[in-house]
Amino acid sequence: MKLSRLSLAAIGAGLFIGMSIAPARAQDVPVVAAAADLHFALSEVAKAFSTETQREVRLAFGSSGNFYRQIEQGGPYQMFLSADEQLVFDLAAKALTIDDGALYAVGRLVIVAPHGSPLKIDGRMAGLKQALAGGEIKKFAIANPEHAPYGRRAEEALRHAGLWGKIENRLVLGENASQAAQFALSGGAQGGIIPYSLVLAPSVAKRGTFALIPEEWHAPLRQRMTLLKGAGETARAFYAYMQSVRARAIMRRYGFVLPGEMS
Amino acid sequence: MDWEALWLSLRLGGLTVLLLIPLAIAFGRFLALRSFFGRAVAEAVVALPLVLPPTVLGFYLLVAFGSDSWIGRTYDRFIGQPLVFSFEGLLLASIIVNVPFAVQPIQRAFESIPADLRDAAATCGMSWWRMLHRIELPLAWPGILTGMVLTFAHTLGEFGVVLMVGGNIPGETRTVAIAIYDRVQAFDDQAAGRMAALLLLVSLVAIALSYALSQRIGRRHG
Repeated sequence: MKLSRLSLAAIGAGLFIGMSIAPARAQDVPVVAAAADLHFALSEVAKAFSTETQREVRLAFGSSGNFYRQIEQGGPYQMFLSADEQLVFDLAAKALTIDDGALYAVGRLVIVAPHGSPLKIDGRMAGLKQALAGGEIKKFAIANPEHAPYGRRAEEALRHAGLWGKIENRLVLGENASQAAQFALSGGAQGGIIPYSLVLAPSVAKRGTFALIPEEWHAPLRQRMTLLKGAGETARAFYAYMQSVRARAIMRRYGFVLPGEMS
Repeated sequence: MDWEALWLSLRLGGLTVLLLIPLAIAFGRFLALRSFFGRAVAEAVVALPLVLPPTVLGFYLLVAFGSDSWIGRTYDRFIGQPLVFSFEGLLLASIIVNVPFAVQPIQRAFESIPADLRDAAATCGMSWWRMLHRIELPLAWPGILTGMVLTFAHTLGEFGVVLMVGGNIPGETRTVAIAIYDRVQAFDDQAAGRMAALLLLVSLVAIALSYALSQRIGRRHG
């Protein structure tokens, strides 16, 4: 018993020392906060970035509004890619960013329905109106308009179509755009309004049908990125890389309209 | 499989156990042996994290540790980085939410040591420290072990508090439980399924181990 307790204490001490040494927090691997609509596109950009530069970034995805709060509270991010440019301007006004950043993409909304849903998909939402009238829509997914830019634009589009009042009590709210997509396409809901960039990923596209919503139905999804105070060399390199030909090609493939290419 | 998240969870669980258990032994013993004014209140406060929704706890911790609070400011001044959305902040939160899981079994274990035994030991002239070391701790060991296992397993499974206080930051605050949530959102059901199965297995083994060990030790000392 004596021996075992002694060895236990030794194991405990060893564990403590081993665990206190942070797992070699590799030098200059910045954490990048990114809007959830970038889930697939930015992961691909980051992969290309690390092949080309031998540098790495870590991506955290969530709703832009949530990241705004975390950055305000001192969250350890070096770069922020927002889905709503106003959030970047607000952070800049609080002197938390290096500058006003740069516009990197304009997003689009799609209306989606999983396979087997009674909802007939069309961009002008005639099918949604019909399905609502027929009582066939039990649940409809959008991101939370309170803090997710894509949710707010989805609400605007539904209001523009005159369907907000009818659909409001059927809504399931995703915590961010990517969760909204998951809700909309996993079969629990009859459809939803989510970022175009997400349905262009093969793992999402195979789950249902989608159609683009006219862009004049909602305020534009102007997405702005910025470096945050304390950004290191790698974050700066990634920021520059986002504006490179290679990164722009990837973003274009995910349906984003890029700055300088707007009609 | 997100190995980084797994390692982070294991580190969080291990450090929570190592830091919390000594405190829980001291406090559990105190609660078991002393009766004092306000004891019921003290026990209620210990049990509180069991019944509070994690979001309530998360909210208060966020307010208490945030950069507007004096704890957050003081920490930032001395350590040079904010407490919320960091591993250290997560560890502190984890210690707080695990108080009942550690203290309660240990308190019960000390309560079950007969008073005569302590008296007899004192009559033999054993020092306080020797008594603790040779009599009380060995007898309370099953309770202590249960506290350790419950704390560890509960830390691996904690979700609400981690998401609110930690955010979802890879390598810093993304635990396995959060990684599962993250993978589901990314339509990566395979990775989510693998991690969920692993967590299930680890929890089962931990609980089974604690039962097996406490039975064996119980027999040896019983």
